[in-house]
Amino acid sequence: MLIVMKVKVAMLAGALATPIAATTFTPAPSPQDLDGAQRLVSTSFSYRAAGDFSRNGRPVEGPLHELRLPADLVIMKRQVTAAEYARCVDEGACPRVSTSAGAPNLPVVGVSWHDASAYAAWLSRKTGATYRLPTDEEWTFAAAEKSRDEAMPLVDPTDPAQAWIARYETESARDRPTATAAQPGGTFGTNSNGLDDLAGNVWEWTNSCFVRVSLDGVQERTTNSNCGVRVVQGAHRSYMTDFIRDPRSGGCAAGVPPANLGFRLVMEPSQPTVTAAARNIAKLLRRS
Amino acid sequence: MLTRRTALMGAAVAALIMAAPAVAGPADDLKLPRQKVELVAPPFVHAHEQATKAGPKIVEFKLTIREQEVVIDDAGTKFHAMTFDGSMPGPMMVLHEGDYMELTLVNPATNSMPHNIDLHSATGALGGGALTHVNPGEQVVLRWKATRPGVFVYHCAPEGMIPWHVVSGMHGTVMVLPREGLKDAEGKALRYDKIFYIGENDLYVPKDENGKYKTYETIGESFADTTEVMRKLIPTHVVFNGRVGSLTGKNAMTAKVGETVMLVHSQANRDTRPHLIGGHGDHVWEAGKFNNPPQKDLETWFIRGGSAGAALYTFREPGIYAYVNHNLIEAVELGASAHIKVEGKWNEDLMKQVSPPGPTPPDKVGAADPVAVTR
Repeated sequence: MLIVMKVKVAMLAGALATPIAATTFTPAPSPQDLDGAQRLVSTSFSYRAAGDFSRNGRPVEGPLHELRLPADLVIMKRQVTAAEYARCVDEGACPRVSTSAGAPNLPVVGVSWHDASAYAAWLSRKTGATYRLPTDEEWTFAAAEKSRDEAMPLVDPTDPAQAWIARYETESARDRPTATAAQPGGTFGTNSNGLDDLAGNVWEWTNSCFVRVSLDGVQERTTNSNCGVRVVQGAHRSYMTDFIRDPRSGGCAAGVPPANLGFRLVMEPSQPTVTAAARNIAKLLRRS
Repeated sequence: MLTRRTALMGAAVAALIMAAPAVAGPADDLKLPRQKVELVAPPFVHAHEQATKAGPKIVEFKLTIREQEVVIDDAGTKFHAMTFDGSMPGPMMVLHEGDYMELTLVNPATNSMPHNIDLHSATGALGGGALTHVNPGEQVVLRWKATRPGVFVYHCAPEGMIPWHVVSGMHGTVMVLPREGLKDAEGKALRYDKIFYIGENDLYVPKDENGKYKTYETIGESFADTTEVMRKLIPTHVVFNGRVGSLTGKNAMTAKVGETVMLVHSQANRDTRPHLIGGHGDHVWEAGKFNNPPQKDLETWFIRGGSAGAALYTFREPGIYAYVNHNLIEAVELGASAHIKVEGKWNEDLMKQVSPPGPTPPDKVGAADPVAVTR
């Protein structure tokens, strides 16, 4: 009986979710209403899948997909600042990091995925809204022209070294910022979505886990998923162990690391929406 | 009465007097041919013969001392360096056994301190240190005979502040080649297609009470604090060629499969242990002296502080190689990493990925819990 009831609620909730979301979100509020966040209307965009892809045991580029996010995206205009993060530290909800006590206008850097997630949880508690790190897809959509698709050139599949050299040259050819110290918000410009400092000298954590995918035939098959390594986005895409705060290269890691690790958050559909949905469901259930 | 005109004349006369030793021309007591060499900054080495049939000669070099502020890491940490010819390490100077080096050491008037040079390859007078003290605005010419083949450190050694000058960048390398060229342990000739010269610098940058690196208006002001850091013997940076990342990315060294590369590693102050990740040292003169047979097939070689060593390696696989100080804390955390980009054809006989990373079959002995693998 209880199970049947649950299924019923779930079905109803599913049926209601779309119309409720639509009524709550339209007309879309102007960016000013969102307290430093931007609402981006969902449109299709091309997305190079993140992870390690192989075909017949040989490394290949991830496939390029035409995607559309299921809903509009509400995302912070700027990266979380050192001063904002410091408030979370002061309340004992975020770990102290070396740059916690930075200037108000500087992005917080030297934060791990765990630090960023702790901040998102704290901010959600404080505001009643649900904040979280974006997925790699969401970040790519938000970054628009600032997101770079650095597909490797076609290389001889029997010669792995060519792919390493090609990747190394791509990474090395990129202009490295002369200063790696965090710069005031806005230093790296605003993109077509009105978001600041994408692909500047602070890379941003995403919630996407590292995956290994084999593309044998037409089937995409995930052979391994490691959420201890998350996708990091910025001037180039990188994969970073979640507790790393200060990325470095050297030794066996013969690549170009992100200069700094920071983050910005996305906001899930607001709490009133969910409350309203619950209320409506309850009403419907009473009627039936 | 001292007019402006006479003052100017006085300056002109003074300039003439100062220039006099140079005007007198080079010493001609040795009736030997002369060769003038233009130096190049590391990791490159000026053009030179590996073996020579010609007789001994006088090889002329000029080193200009430059005190300059440099950036030593990607965070933009500024550092008052003292250098030979503007690079850390100073340029490599190559000659053959039996040749004479005639070195002009210039200390421009824009510098603030006296300097000199101690050449480990030279015999007598503290390696030339006692004969080469130059104040700002002075220069000196020293001639020494190359009697021992090998790679050798040179460095500044002014009384009272030798280590400070050395760890501020004043060191470089001399290579004295045997006239008949290099040989392996069996006496067979060895040649290189390319030579790279890596100087390792241990740097000691003072920090303020917040842990931030301090900057100083002048080099003199940094002396006391720097000495305090130096005395604790823990460098803040261990780098190749003057800064973190000086030999990576666009500045990575390059080679081709089949090429034999000579890697000279010089450390004027502190022990180190170069290692080529994914490669080896085919022939290594660990102590850097060519009258000793080279060791074969080394994985890592030891460079004593205050010496230079040399390794020959023929690349067999393409790819990106890392060349590191294999104290990996120093390589990765403190900066002592370089890259070599090697082009060529992959050799599957030497290495092949038999099975790419994928889920561990559950029936294999010792396999991980399949639940953990597919989480």
